[in-house]
Amino acid sequence: MKSLFASVLSVSALALNTVAFANESVMKGTQDPKQWVMQAGGYDNQRYSKLDQINDANVGKLAPAWSFSTGVLRGHEGAPLVVGDVMYVHTPFPNIVYALDLNNDGKIIWKYEPKQDPNVVPVMCCDTVNRGLAYADGKIFLHQADTTVVALDAKSGKVEWSAVNGDPKKGETNTATVLPVKDKLLVGISGGEFGVQCHITAYDLKTGKKVWRAYSEGPDDQIMVDPEKTTALGKPIGKDSSLKTWQGDQWKTGGGCTWGWYSYDPELNLVYYGSGNPSTWNPKQRPGDNKWSMSIWARDPDTGMAKWIYQMTPHDEWDYDGVNEMPLVEQKIDGKQRKLLVHFDRNGFGYTLDRVSGELLVAEKYDPAVNWASKVDMDKASPTYGRPLVVAKYSTEHNGEDENSQGICPAALGSKDEQPAAFSPKTGLFYVPTNHVCMDYEPFRVSYTPGQPYVGATLAMYPAPGDANMGNFIAWDATKGKIVWSDPEQFSVWSGALATAGNIVFYGTLEGYLKAVDAKTGKLLYKYKTPSGIIGNVMTYQHKGRQYVAVLSGVGGWAGIGLAAGLADPHAGLGAVGGYAALSNYTALGGALTVFALPE
Amino acid sequence: MSVVTDFVKETRRAGTNRFAVLMMAALAVTAAQVVAPAQAVAPAQAEPRAAVSSQDGKYFDAEGEPIYKVDSNGKVDWYTYSGFQRYSAECMRCHGPDGMGSSYAPALVNSLKTLSYGDFLSTVANGRKNLENGQDKVMPTLGLDKNVMCFIDDIYTYLKARSDDAVGRARPPGHDPKPKAWEDAENACMGAPS
Repeated sequence: MKSLFASVLSVSALALNTVAFANESVMKGTQDPKQWVMQAGGYDNQRYSKLDQINDANVGKLAPAWSFSTGVLRGHEGAPLVVGDVMYVHTPFPNIVYALDLNNDGKIIWKYEPKQDPNVVPVMCCDTVNRGLAYADGKIFLHQADTTVVALDAKSGKVEWSAVNGDPKKGETNTATVLPVKDKLLVGISGGEFGVQCHITAYDLKTGKKVWRAYSEGPDDQIMVDPEKTTALGKPIGKDSSLKTWQGDQWKTGGGCTWGWYSYDPELNLVYYGSGNPSTWNPKQRPGDNKWSMSIWARDPDTGMAKWIYQMTPHDEWDYDGVNEMPLVEQKIDGKQRKLLVHFDRNGFGYTLDRVSGELLVAEKYDPAVNWASKVDMDKASPTYGRPLVVAKYSTEHNGEDENSQGICPAALGSKDEQPAAFSPKTGLFYVPTNHVCMDYEPFRVSYTPGQPYVGATLAMYPAPGDANMGNFIAWDATKGKIVWSDPEQFSVWSGALATAGNIVFYGTLEGYLKAVDAKTGKLLYKYKTPSGIIGNVMTYQHKGRQYVAVLSGVGGWAGIGLAAGLADPHAGLGAVGGYAALSNYTALGGALTVFALPE
Repeated sequence: MSVVTDFVKETRRAGTNRFAVLMMAALAVTAAQVVAPAQAVAPAQAEPRAAVSSQDGKYFDAEGEPIYKVDSNGKVDWYTYSGFQRYSAECMRCHGPDGMGSSYAPALVNSLKTLSYGDFLSTVANGRKNLENGQDKVMPTLGLDKNVMCFIDDIYTYLKARSDDAVGRARPPGHDPKPKAWEDAENACMGAPS
């Protein structure tokens, strides 16, 4: 009796902890594999589903079950959510939200279309994409292009509150999703090509009232660090850690934007996210390390204070935005089970860190073409510990303004861009959609005008030398920093992956194929050509006993810029041209959701 | 419209500060309430124009409008080369590499076949909108952006060369040296380097 009482006590303590440590509605939703209540599947950003009705043995029989046109033609990133019996679908600008009734063949329960000034459209870098909705406490959260954050009643679509996070006239826009944590909503901002001093902001989940805002660069109070307690590679960062690395007040137009995917560890109570490129793209114009652009951040969501920071690309010279997702996993390194954070950076290095302390454990190239740095210095005694060792030939800073640095790999769009990787606890592997593209980069002088592009470099992009494929879909062992298998793709893989307990991994291609591959070998098991190129992320859910897989088509985004016209290879002979044929020969614009299932 | 164009041409030949001139041009166009020019009557597709005169490394056609100069090895004049640089930094994110267009903005290699110099200037300065058919295409008003307007003739000659097929895709293989007059004009327009 006594022991029963004790165990009841400990169970309720555990439940209380869950309430205290995360948002209960989100935690409950992510623990139920039948639903998909977060863009990343769960706080850990693993993009893994325990559903296994569709598996390696039967996925070959998969077929479209139903589809839905979004009515919008531009690039469709992100994925729908499924909460209970309702699917929530979003679109790029004008950012329409549809609630679809899964009990009634996807009938539209409600539709929300915000009124936004279309002048925000050209202020957005690289198409008007939006990476989707979030859900918590009976509300659907939309972060519009014009930076208005809206909480909608999930049942009616009625606006419960709205908050304005930035000003498009100053170049501040949004493309990202938001993250509900406990009683707060964490929100990022875009504008790295417009000289915005970017930040992460917490709003009260119930009211939309701003609680705290932490910038990526600036004085200690603005970036919300404690010079003694906040660490970088195990050491306190010290006073004015950011200010010291900028000339004059250039940090005020310093970029470091926060438009990526955020993850959260409820036990450690830390939120992880990346900051993007420093503005401008001309490194000569902004001497110094430009901290804390290009960094991985760990922050306390209650106070906003940073626990640790790691800058991956000090003084960026290539536009290697550090915003990509930060999946959290528990794996063994050197025989010891550790709490890890894994990050596939635009700069071509796959990083594995201890997410408790920020200690750097692994940093290896996840595309063999990467050449701008020979390696990341892993010697703790070295003065350049943790820094990339830059190859002078590919240094646009070293070569200078009006000089064209050639053959830099990866290109500015990175060995991987925002398209998120997946992780399977069953195989212990990451599944990573990658770009296999290199560039020439020529920086030159630019002047800053608020709300106008602040770029300052000319880029030419082309497939990596010697290869005709512009993408690979790879499996990666983050404990060793090694590629396990690699499937070449003609175009960059710009779709977020999904791993499932059915031993399969899904991803989309720019031609429009949804593909399923064997999680162990990468062998293609199924493909289906959807109405348009896929830059959305694959998700899965179960309804009335049947498992579904869904993906948004709708080509666009950064991929739509270079690839719609085909990339030119200035170094290739005429014979190579066919291999880089334009994407427009394969697909056309059009937002559509395709939902797949096994035949009944 | 043509008044503005002539005004731009005249003052540009006079060699005054190009940014100030273009600002005035932009304001004049706005004041005149000119609609998006590509919707105006498109002139018949013109034959590629040849450079007939030059001043300080900049070339002009018979109409006195800026034009490219390309030699048999593909080497271009400095203005055209500078146009490639600036185009790729300021315009490429929407209009695609080498003026080839993207999934949401037109291929300027085609547009420049019919768009006149004057219409080009006013479209860049004033922007344009097409919100039909689920597309939400918006060209920003760039009349106040020095990174564009200080180099607008350069961008024009580069795109004209692309649309006439006088310059291929990617970076031109060679270029004339940077003329002193260009550098002076850049400093006058952008402000002296810090």
